Order: sequence, then structure tokens, then C-alpha cells
Amino acid sequence: MSDTTGRRLGVPDLCLVVLIGTTGSGKSTFARRHFKPTEVLSSDFCRGLVADDENDQSASRDAFEVLHYIAGKRLAAGRLTVVDATSVQPEARRQLVRLAREHDVLPVAIVLDVPESVCRERNAARPDRADMGAHVIPRQRRELRRGLRGLSREGFRTVHHLRGTAEVDAAEVVLERRYNDLAHRTGPFDLVGDVHGCASELETLLTRLGYVDGVHPEGRTAVFVGDLVDRGPDSPGVLRRVMGMVEAGSALCVPGNHENKLGRLLHGRNVKVSHGLAETVEQLERAEAAEPGFRERVRTFVDGLVSHYVLDGGRLVVSHAGLPEKYHGRTSGRVRSFALYGDTTGETDEYGLPVRYPWAEDYRGRAAVVYGHTPTPEASWVNNTLCLDTGCVFGGRLTALRWPERELVDVPAERVWYEPVKPLAAGTGTGTGTGTGDGSAAGPADRPLDLADVHGRRVVETGQHGRVAVREENAAAALEVMSRFAVDPRLLLYLPPTMAPTATAAAEGHLEHPAEAFAAYRADGVARVVCEEKHMGSRAVALVCRDAGTAERRFGLPAGTGVTGALHTRTGRPFFTDGERTEQVLARVRAAATAAGLWTELDTDWLLLDAELLPWSLKAGGLLRQQYAAVGAASRAVFPGALAALEATRTRLARTAPAPGAHPDADADPTTALAALLARQHGRAADAEAFAAAYRSYCWPVDGLDGVRLAPFQLLAAEGRNLAAEPHDAQLARLDRLVGHDPSGLLQRTGRLYVDTGDDESVAAGVRWWEEMTAAGGEGMVVKPLEALVRNGDGRLVQPGVKCRGREYLRIIYGPEYTRPENLTRLRHRHLGHKRSLALREYALGLEALDRLAAGEPLWRVHEAVFAVLALESEPVDPRL
Amino acid sequence: MGAAALVSGAYGNESTAPRPERPPPGGHPVRVGNLARPRHRPRTRRPRRAGAPLTAAGSGPGHPKPDGPRRAPHDILARVFLTITATGTDAAPATDLGFLLHKHPDKAQEFATARGTAHVFYPEATAARCTAALLLDVDPVGLVRAARGNGGKGRGRTPDSALAQYVNDRPYAASSLLAVALGRVFRTAMTGVSRTHPERAAAPLPLRVEVPAVPARGGPELVRRLFAPMGWQVTADPVPLDPAFPEWGDSRYVSLALDGEVRLADALRHLYVLLPVLDDAKHYGVAPDEVDKLLRAGEGWLEDHPEQRLITGRYLSRRWSLAREALERLELARLAESDDAEPEELDNAVDETADTEEKPVPLAVQRRAAIAEALRAAGAARVLDLGCGQGQLVKELLNDPRFTEIVGVDVSVRALAAAGRRLRLDRMGERQAARVTLLQSALTYTDRRLAGYDAAVLSEVVEHVDPPRLPALEYAVLGSARPATVIVTTPNAEYNVRWESLPAGHVRHADHRFEWTRAEFRAWAGPVAARFGYTVAYRGVGPDDPEVGPPTQLAVFTRTGTDNHVATPKEAS
Repeated sequence: MSDTTGRRLGVPDLCLVVLIGTTGSGKSTFARRHFKPTEVLSSDFCRGLVADDENDQSASRDAFEVLHYIAGKRLAAGRLTVVDATSVQPEARRQLVRLAREHDVLPVAIVLDVPESVCRERNAARPDRADMGAHVIPRQRRELRRGLRGLSREGFRTVHHLRGTAEVDAAEVVLERRYNDLAHRTGPFDLVGDVHGCASELETLLTRLGYVDGVHPEGRTAVFVGDLVDRGPDSPGVLRRVMGMVEAGSALCVPGNHENKLGRLLHGRNVKVSHGLAETVEQLERAEAAEPGFRERVRTFVDGLVSHYVLDGGRLVVSHAGLPEKYHGRTSGRVRSFALYGDTTGETDEYGLPVRYPWAEDYRGRAAVVYGHTPTPEASWVNNTLCLDTGCVFGGRLTALRWPERELVDVPAERVWYEPVKPLAAGTGTGTGTGTGDGSAAGPADRPLDLADVHGRRVVETGQHGRVAVREENAAAALEVMSRFAVDPRLLLYLPPTMAPTATAAAEGHLEHPAEAFAAYRADGVARVVCEEKHMGSRAVALVCRDAGTAERRFGLPAGTGVTGALHTRTGRPFFTDGERTEQVLARVRAAATAAGLWTELDTDWLLLDAELLPWSLKAGGLLRQQYAAVGAASRAVFPGALAALEATRTRLARTAPAPGAHPDADADPTTALAALLARQHGRAADAEAFAAAYRSYCWPVDGLDGVRLAPFQLLAAEGRNLAAEPHDAQLARLDRLVGHDPSGLLQRTGRLYVDTGDDESVAAGVRWWEEMTAAGGEGMVVKPLEALVRNGDGRLVQPGVKCRGREYLRIIYGPEYTRPENLTRLRHRHLGHKRSLALREYALGLEALDRLAAGEPLWRVHEAVFAVLALESEPVDPRL
Repeated sequence: MGAAALVSGAYGNESTAPRPERPPPGGHPVRVGNLARPRHRPRTRRPRRAGAPLTAAGSGPGHPKPDGPRRAPHDILARVFLTITATGTDAAPATDLGFLLHKHPDKAQEFATARGTAHVFYPEATAARCTAALLLDVDPVGLVRAARGNGGKGRGRTPDSALAQYVNDRPYAASSLLAVALGRVFRTAMTGVSRTHPERAAAPLPLRVEVPAVPARGGPELVRRLFAPMGWQVTADPVPLDPAFPEWGDSRYVSLALDGEVRLADALRHLYVLLPVLDDAKHYGVAPDEVDKLLRAGEGWLEDHPEQRLITGRYLSRRWSLAREALERLELARLAESDDAEPEELDNAVDETADTEEKPVPLAVQRRAAIAEALRAAGAARVLDLGCGQGQLVKELLNDPRFTEIVGVDVSVRALAAAGRRLRLDRMGERQAARVTLLQSALTYTDRRLAGYDAAVLSEVVEHVDPPRLPALEYAVLGSARPATVIVTTPNAEYNVRWESLPAGHVRHADHRFEWTRAEFRAWAGPVAARFGYTVAYRGVGPDDPEVGPPTQLAVFTRTGTDNHVATPKEAS
């Protein structure tokens, strides 16, 4: 009687399933029934792909290359994959086992052991297989039977052998969660570093964390990163506590290399008793004497430890020696080995200890990796990884991380329990930054970021605007500017987004007018806006640290340079080539911030400011002279002569009667037309003068810092905070205090007016303000939603600001004569769509950079968003907008 | 008849494209009374016309399609003005100028050109003195919008900054426009042919030519050198940039007056050739007959001109580079634009006119030889040229088969494109091509692709990096790429006093962020080598001056066995 209830075939949810069976054994039908169509890769199908014939055996070699290639891509992406091929030959299986190992997943064999007669019958029913040689199925069956016994030796960790059609038909595949996948457990967790037998410190720490006799009243879960034993005074005590918690379900534990070694010892293997194992052995003997069966309990516990865990929806990975992203949730010998020992370079240092490959510096994964293994003086985040081993047994401290709070809790060692081979301070990590802050470069000082973080086509995930794509050619241009001209990425935490102008004006004689800006915001449901004076300078971003020490600690600058921040342009270039001048500016801002009490108020040691640096001629001097002044010079040189010549001609021709017959068609009066031409040239001369007047008002001489002004209009960020989404009135009030506390005259207030877009009178006042300002030579104004970060009724981002530039200023942009009616008519046809879209994308990227900065994310994550802003700035868009 | 036919093709048209609205040869004037609505130039056609010169250069696939200027081309507005004055007597009246120019002195005439309207009028016309004025009235807005219609596909058909800067802004330079207008309006006069006054046309006239604003690269001095050999008495005064800011100095314009006894046709041809040469930015992508045009216009004076090389060079040199540059620097130019900077400020990695090598050339040659020698001595086969620029060293190394793999690395996409052209990568045999790779990378980032080579060359590179960014470069090369041998060359600042053309205290290249003395170089190289586990040896390249040393200094870094301070990054996979 066959099994009618059906066999339950357990299959890990990520693995390589290899179906084994002769032709006609029903593999494809089986695969169809139990797996998604896209999970199944059939060799027949691949033969068809490369040879247009699913039965063309001569194409097998190419077909399997294709199959292996696709399987590899799927496994690399973490997708369950089923190979539907006969796989009766050991060589075929060997390749698949190798493939599974390469991607650190388990190979699983499902054998469809079906009688020859059934296979023959099925094949006969298929016209495309009707002419298959009679010897094929018997040969395949022989091969299958020969290989059956050796499958687990070949590397298959699970072998499901289905005998007969009934068993095949009744079988049920059940996907099982991998042991290391605890993503469904969301904690909250308390992760504890290497204890090494320091039982007393562990009790103190657990108490401080709020555990009462191994249980947390709020249901928190402790997670031990391994190395519970060896070197310290009471390894059995630690084991007893941890085993009890794990058994009670209030703790998880991953193995350290010391547990691994202890396990082997307990299994009677020959291990070298060193690195503190001797103490443990002795302690265990005493424990065993007091509590018979303790050794056995420890052995079982150690045997059951899983190399690493993926927790909290995949946001947290715990492993003793760290783990690169491609190993997360994977299962293989090398994953286990990495989790236990880390990656060594094969070299040893001057203390005879293995040199560890700094995998964390290359880490770019989204999950936080918390680990131990390498004693460091202080726990600090590097690229979203944290080493919790603060050398308690060597007299350091025992450290825990509260997750998801990301708070560190530690207790000092009661004494040096074990003399370290090399001093703690000489640990491999020269990690910088404290707490959750990780503004340091990706590791040791001076290690730059990696090109792979910015190069080529990229998509940046933004919290406010979804995925923003950067095209390859734009990234290439940004790379050149970033690497040749920009300030150090550690100081380049933000680049300002481009800003769209207001919709083209309806008002006569204008290309831009505030009426359109107010109307557009009203239409988007924005009731209150702020009009900010547009300063006549160059955009500047200032990072101001409280002192050089802050720049070193928070941003990982090398010590001793005295650099306290940066002052850079909208493409990240330093404003002043001479660092001393930059420091002078920063010093004045710092003094004002101190006097205004901003450090305490914001609980920060640094400020990031968006500002305008004046005069425009300071930075754009070359452009002014080459592009603008040259126009004025040429017109001044030409117009007097040209006008005089026209005048003289008109006077002369008015006197002279047209010479009849001199030219057959010379009958019209040329002076009328000349008068028109003359009038036009007079107009042009006046326009040219107006043009020169327009650019001149943005130029004034500076000497050192005399004449230089900095007008901050937004405080972008401070420690732990993205302030860019704060309402503008609060922003400006704070900045007014900053400006008010600057006795040096450097800082300049930003004029502003608040307007209710629904109130005609208020709108009229806004227009008047703009008119007065621009009439007095002002550049114009920027209109922003008061609440800064705003979405409209459809949930889409509203432009964070639009500019309304003054009529005279626009001469610089559109040419001296743009105001002539015939020119304006044509210029009104401007296409704002792309500029607006670009403005939103860059805005979202800027916010993203600030969010990442505030969250203490690794530098490469901040840089990714900043770099993308720069890249987008090289997209083609009408530059006059 | 035959002469006229020849001439109409010889001068004046920047484009060989059909020009339906062009007045018939000989330039029948549109009557003054019709100024408001020119008969031969329907307005609707203008947008289509304006871009023609550009498409003439690059109408084929793969050529740039200009979108429009980055800013309105202001500087053309008023500059396009010129007067020619003849003096005479009752026997040989100055008013004959009208006959010779084929333009009646008692009329104000208007001619359509591709860029706007040319007006010809006579402020004075007496037997003693007759002045013809040519004023080119350009419509800037029309230019921008028309150019857009020509190539603005997608992206909301917006004018593109960068193309504008490199194809359109220069095109509108005054001199070139004026030259075209000259050829267009005075085409017949330029041939020297006159049916009514052949003897006057053949003889020199007392002439005065005034161009109040000539853009002149090379300044008044070059203006004199160009015009004086033909017998002109040259007055060339620089035009100040802005009287409100005297500290800004002079503009690139020169106010020019020429006096001399010169045949009118010759005078016109001098202007036709030399105005664009002075501007050094001819506005049209060169049509294939450009050389012929130059030969014809230069006939009788250019052959023996002392500046002949400069003239022909400038006149013809920028033929293809304009269009090519346009394609290669778009993105960078936009970044400059957004930062209120001149594109050249950022895009200075390739200087096609002056190359990056100092003259005399032999030093560059010696440097390459020294580098190749050091590479051979190190036994390197797989070599990185970090900062390969236009590929000079890559090309040299390719000649030696012992270098089995040569990777040219630069951050400048334009430089890599130039290198690709220099190496003729597209035409190289497969086997040879397999030895070369060009790739974009930046030395302020680590790059896994650069790991595992025998040697890396940093030739004239470090001095282009801001000092605070040097540690990043050191790590990227010595810590991350970590080849067995690294060769660094850099100028020896002490030697600068021996460069006669280099003003004291100046660096050799505008982009050099510093130049080191020998002591400074060693003070940098020694500790860096020690930090990353290398030893370092120094030598010089070029004549070793007993006082100031050689012009170029070279250091060879050699990796020492295993290294405990910095681990070699491995391939991630």
C-alpha cells in the first residue's frame, strides 16, 4: 500500500533544488506543481533557447552554460531556484553543487525514482520524443541507481528520494525558513558584546539593561554576539546565564570562535588548549562536579548555535566576526567560517596575531551588522557596522547596543582578567566618531570613498521622491568636478538643488512676476508663503564646527590641520583657494553662533548653513569680465560712432535730393527708413547701458574679508537633525539671532515678507515689495511655502521655492534687449517642465543627504546623494531658467 | 561674367546649403523703402536659416546638434560696425568709392544675411572724402530660438547651455559675422572687378578703415603685426572693460583704424581674412572649400606675410575641434554654468591648441623615455597610466611588446576621447587593441579595477590635486591599487627660474595646485612610502642644472614584501 497522505518534503526557502530522474520520470510536471514557473530552469527550455530545438542533444553544452548562468544570477539575488534536468550523471550534479556553494546556498536533491516502463510510456506519448533511442532510459536508470547512495557525499545536505509514481504524485513541498532567518523577530533587542567569562560584569550589564533574573519586563530580547567563554574568571557562570535565557526564549546567541573550539573539545577532538581555553576547561570540570551533566548541556547548546542571525525585517544582522552583505542569510562552510573568524589576509602582525581584512570598510549593505571578535577601545559605527567587543576581559568594558534605539550601554571591567597580547589601544580599528555618529570616511583616516559608490548609472532611493536616476554621462561629469575641484567629501554634506523660476508672467513688459508664483502656490493649496530677498551673490554652503576637534571627531578629518569646516559653492568647490580666508569666515560665523547660544539650543557641535555669499563679483569675477563686461565694452566702443554715422547720413540725405536716374529704383525717401534704423540703434545703445548698470550693481571690490558678506537663509542641519523641513519663519527667526550676534559685519539678514496667497491685499503687498526691491536694483525674490516641505492634494511634492527675478536683472540672463516687445513675445515661450522636475529631484536628493547625515549613516551614503545632485546639475536644461 | 560666377562661390557664404532667399549674385539691394518688410527675406524663413552654418559643419549622423546659446549672445549686438573712408580730389573723386563698392552713396541699403540684416550707408560723400558704413543688425532672440528649432529635440526643446557655449556663442563673435557680411555685401568689390571704373579698382586708393571694436586675441601688438606688412598704418587702442572698474583692465577688444594707399579689393580681403583670425574663433564649422576660400582671399598678400603661419593656422585650425568639443564637454560645461564659472575653469584637462606639454617638446619626450626605462627596470608588464591625459605615454609603451597590458586612466572623459583618437583605437588590430584599456576613474576614490597591476605611473599628476586631497590619492594608489612599483613625476619648482617665458613665482600650468622643490618632493614621498610599505628612489629628468636641478623630478616607489599596515583589498566576489 502506497503512502496516500503524501510525503512532506522540507526545502529551505533559499536553496538550489536539483531534480534527479530519467527522461519521462515526470520532473517537469513535478516542478510545475510545486514551484513558481520562474523558479524552474529546464535544460530542455535552454536547449530551445540556443538551438531552436528542445531535444537537440548536440546543444547540451551551450544549453547548460545558459542554465548555470541564469541559475547563478537568481541565486546571487537570493531566489530559490529549481533545476529541471535529468542530473543522473555525477558530473552534472557536481557542477550544480559547485554553483550552490559559490552562492552560499544549500543544494537540495529530489530524486524521482520512477519505473522504466512508466518513463517509456510517457515518452512514447510525446511526438517530439518518439524517436528517442530505446537504450536511453535504461542507461539513465543505471546511472541514477549508481549515484543514489553517494548524493549526500556529493554535497547535497537534504536528499528526498521519492519511490514510484504514487509517492511522487502525493509528495508535498514545504518551504522552510532558514535557521539564520529570524527577520520576523523585531525585538526590541539588547545586543551584548564579547563576555569571555566575565560573569559579574555580565550581571551588572543585564541589570543596567533592565533584565531581572534573565528576563526583561518589557519583553526585550538579549542577543549575544559570541565568545561567551575563555580567559575570564567564570565561563560556566556566563554559560549558565546565557543558556538559561536562550532556553527561556529571552535571548538569542550566535557562536564565537571560542565556543566553536570549546565544542570541538567537548566532542573529544584534539584542539590546542590556548587563548584562555585552559581556564575554561578547568572551570568546567569544577562546574561538572557541582552539577553533573553540565558539560553535556554545554555541548548541546554549542552544537545548536546558528552561525548568524538576520533580525528585525532584515534590518539587523548579528554575527560574531561580522559578515559581508552577500553572506547575509546564506548557508555554507565559508559563511560559517567568516562568521566565526572573520576574513584574514593570511599575514600576521608584529604581535603574531592574524591581520584581519577590514571588511567593514567595504561594507555597503542596508542591514546594520553588529558583531564582536576584535577588541577595540570604543564601540563605533563604521559603514553601518558596529563592533561591540570593547575588551572587557582585558580590562576594557562590556558593551551592549539597544536596538532599534541604537543606544550604547556599557559597564567597566572590574579588573584586568587577562593580559592582552597587544594593547587595546592598538586595535585594528581607528574608528572615529562617537555614539551613532559616523561621519568618518569609510574607516581609517584618509581612506577615501570607493568609486563604485558613485560611478556609472545609479539610482538613489529618496525618502521624499522615490527613486531618482542618475545617468552615466552625468555621473562622469560629476566625478571630474568632484575629484578635481570639490572639497573633501567628508566636508561636503550637501549641495543646493536648482530652483525653477515662476511661471512666465502675463503682465506686460515682464518675463517673471510674483503674481504667478502666488497663484501657483494657491492652486497647490499652499495658503501661506514667505518671500525672501534674493541676494546678489553666489550660493554658498557653510559647514561650521565648534572647533577643530569636532571636525576630527564628527567628520573624521585628520588631526592637527586646524580645519573647522568648509565654505563651498553649489558645485562643491571651495570659495577661497586660501584656507585661511575660509577659516576667518567660519570663525566669524562660529562666534555669532556662540553668542546666539545656538550650540546649546540645538545641542550640536556643528551647523550646516545654506547661504549667499556677496558680492557676486567675488566668485564670478571671471565670468563677469569675460561675458558681461565685454558686452558693455564693445557697445561703448561702437555705438557713439555708429550713431554719429547714421545721424550724419540722415542729415546729408535730407539735404541731397535723390539723384534721379542714378539708380532705377531709388525713388523712395531713404531718410524715413534711416530714422527708424537710427531710433532702433538708439534704443539698443540705451539697452546696453541698462545692461551694464545691471551687472555693475553685483560688483564691488573686496579686501580680505572687507566687503565680503554672507547671508544665511536656511539652517540645513545640526547633529542628529535635518532642519531643512522646518518652517521658514522659525528658520529665519533663528538666523536673525545669528546675524544679530555678529559684530563683524560679515553676516547679512535676509529680507522677507509673508504673504497669504488667498488674500488679494496680501498678494498685492507681495507684488509691491518685489517691485520696490527690484526697482532699487535688487535681483528679485524667492517665494517658498512657509511650511518648507509641502505636498499638494495629490500627495506630490510642491516646489520648495520659485524665483521671481527682477526685470533689470534678467537683462544679464536674456540679453540687454530682451524687454523689447518683439523679443519678449518670443521669449515667453519657455519650457519650464524639465527645470521643475529637475528642481524637485535635486531637492529630494538634498533632503535625502541631510536625512542620512542626521541618522548618522555612513559617509558613502551621504556622499551618494550629494554626488547625485551634482550629476543632475549637468543634465541639459535651459540655463536661463 | 565668368569672374562674377567664380566669385559668388568664393566668398561670403558660410554655408553651401541652398539659400533660396538670397538675393541674386551681385547683391541687388532691398530698397530702403521696404525696410519694414523686406521683399527677399520673408520672416517665416529666418528660424530655419539661422542654424545653417552649424549644420553645414555637422549635418551627418553623430555630429552635434546645437540647441542654442547658454545666454543670449549679447556681445554681437553692437560690435558689428565698420567704416571705409576714401579721400579724393575733383579729378579722382572719393565718391568713386560708391561705384567700386557697387553701393550708391545716396541710398541706405539693406541686405539679408544669415545672422541678421546688413545696412550700408554713407555718412559723408563728397569728392574730397567719402565714407561707407557697414552696420550689421543682429536679432539675438531670433538667433537663440532659431538655433533651438534646429536641434532641440526632447527635453522640452530647451536651448542647451553647453552647445551654445561651444558652438553658438563663438559663432556669433563679431569679426566672423562681419567678415561674412563683407563677403556677402561687397562680394563683387572684393574681386577687384569693376565694369564702370576698372582703372580705379586696379589702383591703390588713399583709404581709412575703422572698426571700433575688434575682438583681438593677441591684443594691439598682434593687430599691428598682421596689418602693417600690407602697408597699413595701424592704430590699435585697447578698449577698457568697464570704466566703472578700472582695475579690471582692458577688454579683448581693440579699436582699430587702418590708413594706407591700398587697392579697395585688397583692403576688403585683408579684413575678410584677418578679422576672424584676430577673433580666433571662426563661427562656422568649416566647409570643405575653406582652404580654397583662404587661398583666394589671401592671394597677393598672404604668401609673403611674415605671420603667414599664424594666420593660416588660426584660420583653419579649429575646424573639427569645435564640433567635437561640443559633444565631449556638455555635462561639464553645464556644471560650470550652474556655478557661475567659465567652462574653461573646470574643463581644462585637454588643451588641444597648446597641448599639455611645455615647449620645447624634448622634455616631454625625455620624461616618457625615463618612465618607460624605469618600468622596464622594474620588470613591469601590466601597467597603469594614472592620469593618462591624451595618451602620449600609453602610445609610447605600446611600442614595447614587454608591456602586455596598458591601462590609461583619467578622470576627464574628454581626455580619454582624445587619447582614443591619438591611439586610433578604432582602427587598431585586435591583438594590439587587447593590450590597451582606457577607463575613467578618479584618484581621490579607491577603485577595485585598479588592483593587481605590476606598476602605476603618476606622470605630472600629483600637482593637479589640491593638497588636502593628496592623502586620498596616496591611499587610492599605494594603499588600494597597490602595484609593486609606482612611478611619480612632477615639476621641479626650483627649475622654473630657468624657463625664460615663465614669469617669476608662476607655476607652469594654470591648473597646477602647487609645484614642489626637490626637498619638498622628498618630504612628501618619503613618509608616504614608509606609511604604505614602499621604498623610494629619486632621479631627475632633463638637464641636471648644478644650481636648481633638473626640470622634472621622478620618484620610483617599490613595494616591500608583506605589509602589516595596510591590507590589500581583494576582489569582492
